Amino acid sequence: MRRISKLTRVAVGVASLALAATACGGTSSESGNGGDGESKGTKGLAIAYDIGGKGDQSFNDAAYAGLQKAEKEFGYKTADIEPTEGETDADKQQRLVSLAKQGYNPVIGVGYAYATAVKEAAEQYPDTTFGIVDDSTVQLKNVADLVFSEEQASYLAGVAAAKSTKTNVVGFVGGVDIPLIHKFQAGFEQGVKDTNSKAKVLTQYLTQTAEEGGFSSPDKGKSAAEGQIEKKADVVYAAAGLSGQGVIEAAAANKVWAIGVDSDQYKQEALAKYKDSILTSAMKDVAKAVYNLAKSVEDGKPETGIVRGDLKSGEVGLAVSNPTFKDDTKLQEALETAKEKIISGEIKVKTS
Amino acid sequence: MKKFDKERVLLAVAGPVLALAVAFVLTAIVLLASGKNPVEPFTIMFEQASFSDIQVRIVNQASLYYIAALAVAIGFRMNLFNIGVDGQYLLGAMMAAIVGAHMDLPAFLQVPLLMLTAICTGAFWAGIVGVLKVTRGVSEVVASIMLNAIATSIIGYLWLPNVFGVKVGNNNTTGEMAESGWVPGIDMGAAGEIYGLVLLAVALGVGYWVVINRTRFGFDLRASGASETAAAASGVDPKRMILTAMLISGGVAGLAGLPILLGDTHTYSLNFPTGIGFLGIGIALLGRNSPVGIAFASLLWAWLDKASPELDFHGYDKEIAVIMQGLIVLSVVVSYETVREWGLRRQQRRVGAELAAGNVLGADNNVKKEVAGR
Repeated sequence: MRRISKLTRVAVGVASLALAATACGGTSSESGNGGDGESKGTKGLAIAYDIGGKGDQSFNDAAYAGLQKAEKEFGYKTADIEPTEGETDADKQQRLVSLAKQGYNPVIGVGYAYATAVKEAAEQYPDTTFGIVDDSTVQLKNVADLVFSEEQASYLAGVAAAKSTKTNVVGFVGGVDIPLIHKFQAGFEQGVKDTNSKAKVLTQYLTQTAEEGGFSSPDKGKSAAEGQIEKKADVVYAAAGLSGQGVIEAAAANKVWAIGVDSDQYKQEALAKYKDSILTSAMKDVAKAVYNLAKSVEDGKPETGIVRGDLKSGEVGLAVSNPTFKDDTKLQEALETAKEKIISGEIKVKTS
Repeated sequence: MKKFDKERVLLAVAGPVLALAVAFVLTAIVLLASGKNPVEPFTIMFEQASFSDIQVRIVNQASLYYIAALAVAIGFRMNLFNIGVDGQYLLGAMMAAIVGAHMDLPAFLQVPLLMLTAICTGAFWAGIVGVLKVTRGVSEVVASIMLNAIATSIIGYLWLPNVFGVKVGNNNTTGEMAESGWVPGIDMGAAGEIYGLVLLAVALGVGYWVVINRTRFGFDLRASGASETAAAASGVDPKRMILTAMLISGGVAGLAGLPILLGDTHTYSLNFPTGIGFLGIGIALLGRNSPVGIAFASLLWAWLDKASPELDFHGYDKEIAVIMQGLIVLSVVVSYETVREWGLRRQQRRVGAELAAGNVLGADNNVKKEVAGR
């Protein structure tokens, strides 16, 4: 009799699995649950973050700054949504589809992780403009690929580092060991070597995957930077999102230079304590790219295809808000020459 | 003849139900404390569960959770804590993706080959833990956590362009798998596709039940879990059991990533879902290591995951679901113990009553077994 009851339990389990599998009811996109029920016309730009998300003082916050600017200027409602951990492409796609369904336009996925999701959502909603940051693989009429030549700004950061080091040792801290960050490293190393062939670049990546917190762990950044400073590095360049805060903190504590990334970190409130140690930042103007896409949609001529931000367009470059850095005319001249050479194509910066 | 032992069912259900109720109430209190409506988030999430496309995604996600939780449960059954399921399933999926991208056999050979690859990889990775424990007495918890870290590094290595990696834009992948290795899904129309390998999860559940309850090995496993010394005294080789249990647990873990790999992504990229092995621990706990319980628990978990993003559009934070998952795990432990004690007291009272009524113990079928269990 126990056998029967246990078998029954198993059967019930299988049956309920099967029951759950026979989907009932309409799909969520068919039902008209439009969020807070506002009319569609008042909705504008929406962005969806990747892991690490909002509050990283860097890449994602730059996207948010672009969103705020668009919101103010065009006076429409915007949305910004964060991801859940361990989610699949299907979840990302669902997020973009929800936003498009509710009438947001354009919808931007921040980070290459959205590539598959943007492609499929864009096919479902051909009248909505989609954007994706850091990816150029999606080729659809209603998709703008917002990519940057990070290696060019990193090259300049390398020049600045090589000119500022006294020990001939500089450090590079990468957030996660992925192709995108390899671009920063390659540009930086080339910039250092071209300027000072005797200088040594110490390189460290914080984690193998983003889920382990390479972009979101200031403590990891701090200990990596401390290790490099111990090996005599006196300029450290962090391409590590939020973890970069730890790098900057370690640099400030040891009175060496730090180079920030993505946003102008000298100006950031969260880092105000350490700003005298921030030599410059290799900026990647995600804010501008996001805003430009929103503006192009507002103007009725949505951007499409690959939209590259580089030194020429001014969307990547070095920040000059630290007076010590700005007033160093010799350094600035060297940077200016390097910049011109990159723009003219005389210097080809490697990407990996 | 009684087909259904009510007492058993009552006790089996009371634990999870109590835990869920407590988790719901505590979450509502958290919501209240932060000045939000304590009921609406739940109504939104229940409403989400009625949409067919959300249902499809719940079932898909649950299949991954289910396999991972089964792997954990196999260890739990004999007091082994395989915390390395995470590394085992990631590595298993990656090796399957690599083999799938470089071999192109007919489908009826290709799919079993990929599964075998995943099983062997997972089993090998868990086997290291088993060997270390058996030969050197290294705690399986420490060894498997370390191996998780090593697994991510190996994956990073295999992703190198001159090893097996294929760069797509800024993403690392292992290249697209040959189409013969794709497992067709169950088409649900506009709602999407259910991974074909959801059926594998069901089959594994049935297999787990049969092996644990109907084989000599399962008996030895449970015996070792209940008391290692007693099992050894009755002729079970504990070292052998540890190694076998780890190998099986790892083999099952290796399969956990396959439903999405063969059913959807067809490549192992940076977007591959991570952390499922760790979620599996909580799910196995909630499901009380029983194949049916784990099925419900994984569906519950998947529902919280898939229904919560909608909260963002209604002015709530989707982290409510994460808070709830945490509270469920906490209250599960407490409530199972409470229910067990309550069951024991109930049983004692009834035995007392029977004795007082003059019945002789063992004289009829109504004698109560120790049903509360652990």
